[in-house]
Amino acid sequence: MAGPVLEMRSIVKTFPGVKALSDVTLTVQQGEVHAICGENGAGKSTLMKVLSGVHPHGTYEGDILFDGEVCTFKDIRASEQHGIVIIHQELALVPYLSIAENIFLGNEQATRGVISWNETLKHATELMRRVGLTDHPNTRVADIGVGKQQLVEIAKALSKKVKLLVLDEPTAALNDEDSDKLLDLILELKDHGITSIIISHKLNEIRKVADSVTILRDGQTIETLDVKAPETTEDRIISGMIGRDLDHRFPERTPHQAEEGAAPALEIRNWTVHHPIDQQRKVVDDVSISVRRGEIVGIAGLMGAGRTELAMSVFGRTYGKYAGGSVLKDGKEIRTKTVPEAVKHGIAYVTEDRKHYGLNLIDTINRNITLSALPKVAKRGVVDGHEERKVSEGYRKSMNIKAPTVDEPVGKLSGGNQQKVVLSKWIFAGPDVLILDEPTRGIDVGAKFEIYTVIDKLAAEGKAVVFISSELPELLGMCDRIYTMAAGRLTGEFSRAEASQDSLMRQMTKDKEVTR
Amino acid sequence: MSTDVTAKSPAPAPPGKSGTGTGDGLLKLMVDGLRSNMRQYGMLIALGVIVVLFAVWTQGDLLLPRNVSNLVLQNSYILILAIGMMIVIIAGHIDLSVGSITAFVGGVAAVLMVNNDIPWPLAVLMCLAIGAAAGAAQGFLIAYLGMPSFIVTLAGMLVFRGLTEVFLEGQTIGPFPEGLQKVANGFLPEVGPNTNYHNLTLLLGLVLIAAVIWQEVRDRRQQAQYSLEVLPASLFAVKLAALSAAVLVFTMLLASYKGAPVVLLILAALLVGFGYLMRNGVIGRHVYAIGGNLPAAKLSGVRDKKVIFLVFLNMGMLAALAGLVFAARFNAASPKAGLNFELEAIAASFIGGASMSGGVGTVLGAIIGGLVLGVLNNGMNLVGVGTDWQQVIKGLVLLAAVGFDVWNKRKGTS
Repeated sequence: MAGPVLEMRSIVKTFPGVKALSDVTLTVQQGEVHAICGENGAGKSTLMKVLSGVHPHGTYEGDILFDGEVCTFKDIRASEQHGIVIIHQELALVPYLSIAENIFLGNEQATRGVISWNETLKHATELMRRVGLTDHPNTRVADIGVGKQQLVEIAKALSKKVKLLVLDEPTAALNDEDSDKLLDLILELKDHGITSIIISHKLNEIRKVADSVTILRDGQTIETLDVKAPETTEDRIISGMIGRDLDHRFPERTPHQAEEGAAPALEIRNWTVHHPIDQQRKVVDDVSISVRRGEIVGIAGLMGAGRTELAMSVFGRTYGKYAGGSVLKDGKEIRTKTVPEAVKHGIAYVTEDRKHYGLNLIDTINRNITLSALPKVAKRGVVDGHEERKVSEGYRKSMNIKAPTVDEPVGKLSGGNQQKVVLSKWIFAGPDVLILDEPTRGIDVGAKFEIYTVIDKLAAEGKAVVFISSELPELLGMCDRIYTMAAGRLTGEFSRAEASQDSLMRQMTKDKEVTR
Repeated sequence: MSTDVTAKSPAPAPPGKSGTGTGDGLLKLMVDGLRSNMRQYGMLIALGVIVVLFAVWTQGDLLLPRNVSNLVLQNSYILILAIGMMIVIIAGHIDLSVGSITAFVGGVAAVLMVNNDIPWPLAVLMCLAIGAAAGAAQGFLIAYLGMPSFIVTLAGMLVFRGLTEVFLEGQTIGPFPEGLQKVANGFLPEVGPNTNYHNLTLLLGLVLIAAVIWQEVRDRRQQAQYSLEVLPASLFAVKLAALSAAVLVFTMLLASYKGAPVVLLILAALLVGFGYLMRNGVIGRHVYAIGGNLPAAKLSGVRDKKVIFLVFLNMGMLAALAGLVFAARFNAASPKAGLNFELEAIAASFIGGASMSGGVGTVLGAIIGGLVLGVLNNGMNLVGVGTDWQQVIKGLVLLAAVGFDVWNKRKGTS
């Protein structure tokens, strides 16, 4: 190794109201594969955005040294000129253009604005060979699988004379075979002198490709470990990722005693769902879970574990392609093929993405709250405006939604208050079972506590609550029982007493080989 | 013409909106209203300015009772289309076929009534059903097969225009039965003693004023019962007075000529009915939700496909109604009828506050937008501006209206 190629020193990045990175230091050696891991929200992606100039120089504190030079990137183009290429989790390919066109997008093989197709095809073929792609360069990107698309991204990076390749969870969307191929390619590129940073939380993957691993937690560098050293065990990495702080951020809660005999409020049996496009891939694989009245049941898992997909596919089949399994409510099998059916059976799903799937941002608090149960404030198809306002005013007060009136558009509210609107909406629908997907994502600590209190109260009222979250302390603080998922499968079930961050994280990072 | 008869929307309480643009001058209300609904009030003011401008320019001819009456008749079919178009646009779609459906139904009506002597009320019902069927067919393709509405209705535009020519064999057919003509072109009947005014129209105006006051008072009392905020009594009185005055002035204008056109009553019924449905109906609310955020609406259990289907069915039926009114007004069905009507209706909707991305707009807005175009047309005709320049000016007004909206939004976000 020839010394560090990249040094990021004391990086601090604040967003309005949140400190995303507080003092992160990262040193990457020339020619190594460097893994970065940490829980969701630890600051991995933000750090990479700082590195690549998405957050331009001046919007963060600290220094970046690349190749011995101090870098002041003002945009992605600038960082790419220095040979730093980042491949995001959501691929930046144009589906209806060909592989060759995508590789040279923004960097067309042209003289005076006229593209030379011969040059393009020739160079594309060379680059594709280097990444092991055998398709014709004129194939549309939409017609090849995600695994190959990932390779196209790498070919694109190579075309830019990449020195440092950053891959953000490259295998999250890939099946085992494609993952293996990709990891092999990273090792091969390493042999050709290309340094890589790979963000991942699959420990077996890190073991396979990485030379060293830096662990981030809550926007701080915890440590950098040598992967090949014998003392770097999976347990070591896990304990670095989770830390040890469990303070009193949760309402006091008397754990629910599951009554024997009574059928669970909601039971999901052998649920399997295929990816909507790549139908070979099982996104949810033979999952069975249950939740009783008055119980809060957590589902822990990292990105790509299939938790949201499980919830959404049960809730009116709003995700993926159903491939088997049944849903039972109070012991009786029910149909939940459409959202109205699911709602009719007393199931509510509070989405993790409130902006896209939860709220009509241009409409008022009032109208958002009543949307899922309008008939409750309507007679013969006509909404009683006064009754409706009474209802929504009630929620504004009881949920402490901070807005002058319920006529405020929800788009103007803060994240925490928006979340309260979404919760109000579903509480108003009067469900027996609430599936809450990351209900505290992106909201501040104060609002979090308020939302925990609401959830607690719902359970006390006898509702069954499924609580999906990436934050382990939150699950440990709130749940009576916790399931873990990894790669679409259920990997564990813990009672409140058994569960700890270690035990959960171990099951959450289990990949297929490990469980077998 | 009061357009606020059933204004139940509790807040922000819309100030008196009247077709002639005589705003009620309630500063506080206007400010509140402006804040939440800049585009529509902006357009209401613009409509007022345009009316005053042309009134001065034409030395009062614009506001002659005869011309006001004419204005209503001239624009009725576009306004009918604009109501349906606004709903389509709120739902996040577009309908390019309405002009052709208008012509098609006019042709069908002529064949039914003129060539086959089918009694006109029966024929009218058949025509409305045919329009609804045409809209439903397009709605099915859009809602259930997921085809883009732009393309489906572009095809519909060609198909129905072509079918009209086939049906009419390239000819103009007329005249229509007298009964139908009276509906499209006529006025309410004369009753009672000779007062120099049209008695029935006066009576109707008074009833309308009473209804408005009753509705507003009841509304206010209910709001108080629910312990919601209400207007202070003094302002409330001013609001009522202004609303009544606006209705009265318009009534007097019509009553001093031949009375209220029958079409005006149809329009008013549509405006009140659809306005109410969109504001207070569950289905109306669902239309806004679908246009505002389709995935969120779906996940809230809104039956999005059914709603979209019904929206297009409704548009087809309204296009049929417009076709009947148009054909009867000109007493003939022509293959060239309804040319560019879809564009006028779309322009009216956007001038009246619709958004290209859906989820925004009101039925009243579509009427205001339609009237802006209508008064411009009429006024420019009166002062002798050629049709060439008329188009230029209408285009610029559309640009200005939408440009103002974009500017206003940007100011809001930055």
